[in-house]
Amino acid sequence: MMLSQFLNHFGYIVTVFLMVTGLFIVIARGNLIKKLVGLSVFQTSVYLLYIIPGKLLGGTAPILSAQYSVYSNPLPHVLILTAIVVGVATMALGLALAVRIREAYGSIEEDDITDLDNQADEREGNVA
Amino acid sequence: MNLTQHLPALQVIVPLMSAPLAVLLRHGGLAFGLVTAGAWLAFANALALWFQVDASGTISYHLGSWPPPWGIEYRIDRLSSFVLLLVSGMAAIVLLWGRASVAREIPRNVHYLYYAMFGLCLTGLLGITITGDAFNIFVFLEVSSLSTYVLIALGRDRRALAASYRYLIMGSIGATFIVIGIGFLYLTTGTLNLADMAIRLRDVQSSRPVLAALAFLTVGISLKLALFPLHQWLPNAYTYAPSAVTAFLAATATKVAVYVLIRFYFTVFGESLIFDKLPLPKIMLGLSLLAMFAASFIAIFQDNLKRLFAYSSVGQIGYITLGLSFDSVSGLTASIVHLFNHGLAKGAIFLLIGAMVLGLTKGGATPPAPSFDRLNGLAKRMPLTCLGIVVAGLSLIGVPGTVGFISKWYLILAAMEKGQFWLVGAIVLSSLLAVAYVWRFVEVAYFRTPPAQSEAHEPPLSTLIPAWLLVLATLWFGFDTSFTVGTASDAAQQLIRVLP
Repeated sequence: MMLSQFLNHFGYIVTVFLMVTGLFIVIARGNLIKKLVGLSVFQTSVYLLYIIPGKLLGGTAPILSAQYSVYSNPLPHVLILTAIVVGVATMALGLALAVRIREAYGSIEEDDITDLDNQADEREGNVA
Repeated sequence: MNLTQHLPALQVIVPLMSAPLAVLLRHGGLAFGLVTAGAWLAFANALALWFQVDASGTISYHLGSWPPPWGIEYRIDRLSSFVLLLVSGMAAIVLLWGRASVAREIPRNVHYLYYAMFGLCLTGLLGITITGDAFNIFVFLEVSSLSTYVLIALGRDRRALAASYRYLIMGSIGATFIVIGIGFLYLTTGTLNLADMAIRLRDVQSSRPVLAALAFLTVGISLKLALFPLHQWLPNAYTYAPSAVTAFLAATATKVAVYVLIRFYFTVFGESLIFDKLPLPKIMLGLSLLAMFAASFIAIFQDNLKRLFAYSSVGQIGYITLGLSFDSVSGLTASIVHLFNHGLAKGAIFLLIGAMVLGLTKGGATPPAPSFDRLNGLAKRMPLTCLGIVVAGLSLIGVPGTVGFISKWYLILAAMEKGQFWLVGAIVLSSLLAVAYVWRFVEVAYFRTPPAQSEAHEPPLSTLIPAWLLVLATLWFGFDTSFTVGTASDAAQQLIRVLP
């Protein structure tokens, strides 16, 4: 019973696993590139969330034909194509920023950058 | 072809087209002209739409003539037209103001990219406001967010890069949370059209996916809203971004996020689920009070003037969400009014600070950061600028005669309606914190002697006139409230009436 329930919802379990893994990487890793990887994993889980329910049991490809009456939903795929493009753009922008930060700070570790910023703030007399 | 029929589509298309054209032209001056013309056309368009909604009620525009719920629908009601006016108006003013500031703060070879990104940001914000489709909101949200990250990274200080990266990570998490929420809503209702979703949600309202959708949407939008404690990206982003970018973002970005929250809460989920069945009012009340007190308190101790007013923004957003937590027409009216009024006041303040840093040095030198040690006795060197900041600051405090007073008045009215008089005391007390941080500026600028060799002078007139226009607007709308309060109360009644 448990195994069949698990297998029925396997897709959703993978989705949640990826979601939590991605968020954990973003929070727990200090390297800027690794943070972006975590963000990408997190966004990928959302693609699964949309696409899995799109397939209807016994549904065929969404091409109209007289022989078939149940079609899988094509709309989630369209939405996810958009979301993938957004994810790619975000990743590209994040990596470009990481390159610029490396040039400006000499490091892509968040701890080093925060330390350098705090030193600069203290020199200027800023309060955090 | 009747142009007025297609005004809703043109509202988004005109600034959208100006952006790639600016990139193709590769010339800073031409890009400025193109994008500014696009922004002013968008403002005229928003005015036309406001009059149309005023005359004939909600506009429903079907993109590509596909009827909803299959096609994407642009739906403009009272609240949308109000926010459209704010966003396009602020863009138009900030672009005109920014000529002198951009010339000195941003390297000349990327000016055309700056204007292109500004055009995209404006497109995104206008698109979020005007659309009636849930996924469309996400797409435009990402358009505006990505261009915002680029705009912030254009700041001179290298900390702008770190601020932009941090905002990118947090903002993308927020946007993905919003997508997850929309995904659950799509799964349970089968539609993406907001109005259709509202009808279909009535059957499945208390089911777990819908509640999960509400939770994800609330957290995601609150991150974009900079609701305490999800505000961590805001102070650094506002401080290190170029002056024009800070002014535009402070006046519009968080306000559009509030609009999305109101749209989802009242139009899609419905008042009865949000406020009667869930403890959301209490949560929102707690977080709003935290924002009002903690952020305003932290603002008092800042050394950089931009950072001070950035924390002030976080506090003022607490007032907006406080109005939402009341679940009454007067509370919602207060929120919508403060949305507009705060946009005006903060826009004015950041424009004046941008002008001030221009006036701190002579010639074409890069403007320095407005830290308090550079501001000693500034009022003697640039009297108009400092007076403008003080007048707009009075609006943050809520002195009668300014727009801030109008918002706080309606908040207090809503609190008294609910019989919660301790809340009236809390609102007044937090205004005293605003007095503290505005007084810090007054004390340094007016009551200290300027250093003998300071080069400070009044900034160029091209920056003072648009900024003072906004300052005078904060005074005007503080006395003649028919436009702001009238529209806000109409919008509130429209939203709360649409409950299942």
